[in-house]
Amino acid sequence: MHQWTFVIAAYAVTLLGTAAVSLISRRAMRRAEAQAEALAGRP
Amino acid sequence: MHRFANPARFLKIARPLTGWLFWSGLSLLLAGCICGLFVTPADYLQGQTVRILYIHVPAAWLGMAGWTGIAVSALMQLVWRHPLAAVAGRAIAAPGALFTAICLATGSIWGRPTWGTWWEWDGRMTSMLVLLFLYLGYIALANASARQGAGQGGVSNVTAIFGLVGAINIPIINRSVVWWNSLHQGPSITLRGSSIDMALLWPLGLTLLGFSLWFGAIVLMRMRAILAQNKVEARMQRLARG
Amino acid sequence: MKAKHQRLILALVALVALVGAGLLAASALRDEAAYFYAPGDVKAKGVEPGKAIRLGGMVVKGSLKRASDGVTMTFDVTDGKASVPATFSGIAPDLFKEGSGVVAEGSFDDQGTFIATNLLAKHDERYMPRELEGMSYNETTRELQVER
Repeated sequence: MHQWTFVIAAYAVTLLGTAAVSLISRRAMRRAEAQAEALAGRP
Repeated sequence: MHRFANPARFLKIARPLTGWLFWSGLSLLLAGCICGLFVTPADYLQGQTVRILYIHVPAAWLGMAGWTGIAVSALMQLVWRHPLAAVAGRAIAAPGALFTAICLATGSIWGRPTWGTWWEWDGRMTSMLVLLFLYLGYIALANASARQGAGQGGVSNVTAIFGLVGAINIPIINRSVVWWNSLHQGPSITLRGSSIDMALLWPLGLTLLGFSLWFGAIVLMRMRAILAQNKVEARMQRLARG
Repeated sequence: MKAKHQRLILALVALVALVGAGLLAASALRDEAAYFYAPGDVKAKGVEPGKAIRLGGMVVKGSLKRASDGVTMTFDVTDGKASVPATFSGIAPDLFKEGSGVVAEGSFDDQGTFIATNLLAKHDERYMPRELEGMSYNETTRELQVER
């Protein structure tokens, strides 16, 4: 059981990092592309 | 090579590829993690802690592959003046740095129950820490210096040269456990085969492939964000000038 | 010659010079950057008593003895070329056992026994399930064999 504490800690660090990068990158891309789209639509 | 220099042509390919890479990578890496946590047997010596292998190795791979990507982009930027290469360098840096840090963190968490220490200044760990500092230097330089390439969204030539120079650390990390006596064990997977038993090895293939595809998607997303920002800025300037 | 080719050649020359410099520095550091001394190094070069070093190698099978106080243990460390006796009082990591790798921090006494103040377990690059523990690993062919 003691060993599982270390395993869970390591997986938590990695998966949190993965989720954070996914969300931040996706949101930045969506926002920038929406802004570009909106500007391109204007005359 | 300059076929993709045109951002419009690049985006035509990058748009459908992003989602595909992201979701296939994410499902593969999650499947690999679940198999590595619950399906494979424990190691004869380390017991359950061996499961950290399935995330520690991909994290090390992404950290090192990321800098290799930075160096290749730098070469393309400096030699062929490829405009998208400068953007790619900027896009790779932050996720590469994060996974280098994750590699160090998971290694530390793994070292405590197996070796009996959180950190030791041996060749492998020190050279990996140097890689993290190189990433931080690259990011600082990229943010501080003038933007150029593909409508000012890329990194400067000075930053690219730094990326190229830093690449010397990659073979040093790779060979550190062979050149020097180290606490870290030698390479398990070499050209001669693998000293990880098949029963323990297979989820590593899933997580390695999954994290790589996912990383590709993240880089594409960040490149698309930079290109869209360029477009917005160019538009704003034109509007301001009237 | 086109400017593009000039830049390519310049970049390649710089890269080769850089790799050369890096490799030179790394090989110069070979001894200084060594994380531990192997028993063979100690025998060949000699380490003065009292100097704080790390000693690394395998714990010789059958050499591990625990004293009656329960915390002191003695064992031999070998790298295949030489073997030195060592002693340690304290709590060893779980992975510390005979036939396995160890890195000990401490110094030699006048009799040539290594007095360890801290023990770290070093494992090798093999990973296998518990069911295979009765098997041995062939270093040259990298294959598992059943121990008879």
